[in-house]
Amino acid sequence: MTDERVTITAYPDGPLLVRGDVDLRTSDGREVARTRRTVALCRCGLSTIKPYCDGTHKASGFRTDD
Amino acid sequence: MSRGSASGPDPTHGARVSTTLSSPLSPAHPDDTAVAAVPFHSRGPVSAAVLHHLVDGVATGHTALADEAVAACSDIERDDDLQLALFVLYASSYGAFPALLPDLEWDPSLVATRRVIETAFEAALRRTVEVPELPVPTADAVARALFTLTGAEGGPSLSRYLARKATLDQAHEFLVQRTVYTLREADPHSWAIPRLTGRPKAALVEIQSDEYGGGRPDRVHATLFARAVRAAGLSDEYGAYLDDVPAVTLASHNTMSMFGLNRRLLGAIVGHLAAFEMTSSIPNRLYAEGLRRLGFGDDVCEYFDEHVEADAVHEQIAGRDLAGALAEDRPDLLADIVFGAAACLEVDDRVGRHMLEAWSRDESSLRGEDER
Repeated sequence: MTDERVTITAYPDGPLLVRGDVDLRTSDGREVARTRRTVALCRCGLSTIKPYCDGTHKASGFRTDD
Repeated sequence: MSRGSASGPDPTHGARVSTTLSSPLSPAHPDDTAVAAVPFHSRGPVSAAVLHHLVDGVATGHTALADEAVAACSDIERDDDLQLALFVLYASSYGAFPALLPDLEWDPSLVATRRVIETAFEAALRRTVEVPELPVPTADAVARALFTLTGAEGGPSLSRYLARKATLDQAHEFLVQRTVYTLREADPHSWAIPRLTGRPKAALVEIQSDEYGGGRPDRVHATLFARAVRAAGLSDEYGAYLDDVPAVTLASHNTMSMFGLNRRLLGAIVGHLAAFEMTSSIPNRLYAEGLRRLGFGDDVCEYFDEHVEADAVHEQIAGRDLAGALAEDRPDLLADIVFGAAACLEVDDRVGRHMLEAWSRDESSLRGEDER
């Protein structure tokens, strides 16, 4: 699986889903703990577990253009 | 991150509910020797006859009894005897209790009894569950319709109550109610895997793989939940609290087992999973909040924390790549996808309402001794 390209998929009105082997880093370069193969990154800015999505975009009425 | 565990009451001791829960294998019905090997008791003639057959291998007249009971029953979802009988018949397929004889899984009379109860149960669901207008069968439209359906504000919320108001006893009851499904979390939806192909199959496996720990046994969600109930001072033996949970809780589990085990209901089990995932991440955050407020530690809350992140991933995959893609591939299943989602919301709402109503009367949501 590691020779496959990483994909980042935008889900309408929701997060970005990341599939594949990638290092997630904080602004100061620390690695973000990852416990699952597919992760969802917050796009609305309101998640309580950033950089991951916690579903809050649904309650806030976050909308994307697609 | 062990918020709350240093102060406040010790949540694992002194809870009233712990002492009133029946202990597994307790001889509450001493003459009921036929079912001594399963950790629960029958609730009427149909469940007694089904258990007798599955545990002792003695063919009983349960199909005729089921016919009679179904004809006489006005609300099958609240019928303890029929819901337990159906639960036991499904448990035989899951392999949930070693005492249920494996050779009888496909016994024609047991299958016949299952069909009698299932037919009535499915008809009741199709009669009572309100299904919204169907979207066009595209992945985008179906995902949006499912998010709209699951996002509609319902009545009082169990998760908000747990976050802010629930007592320690009520939190224990909540965990007990959850054991029926969550100690075997994800299994009902796995029945659908071989019945799917292509995109929806890959999507379901992507979700289920995460549910089953992604290759790490200690991360299996059912295992995380077992750890949580043990840390809360409860038993993680499957079925230990079956005698305590009401028919609506069994009905919620039976709904997904019925959808999962019947190939003709493939659309419904897929819709069920989508709705289940879409109503999970935010409630689980609130459950964790409430449990920490009551003094439970990370050992109990980890399961709920995990689901905030996991189900925010799963709901996207379930809505678009699973349910949406299935509707595109199989437009004939669209109506059942939406029905399955609506049924999930309805049966789980009934469990939530049952708990909130009991607690508003300052009563237990679990079955009392007089109901057994």
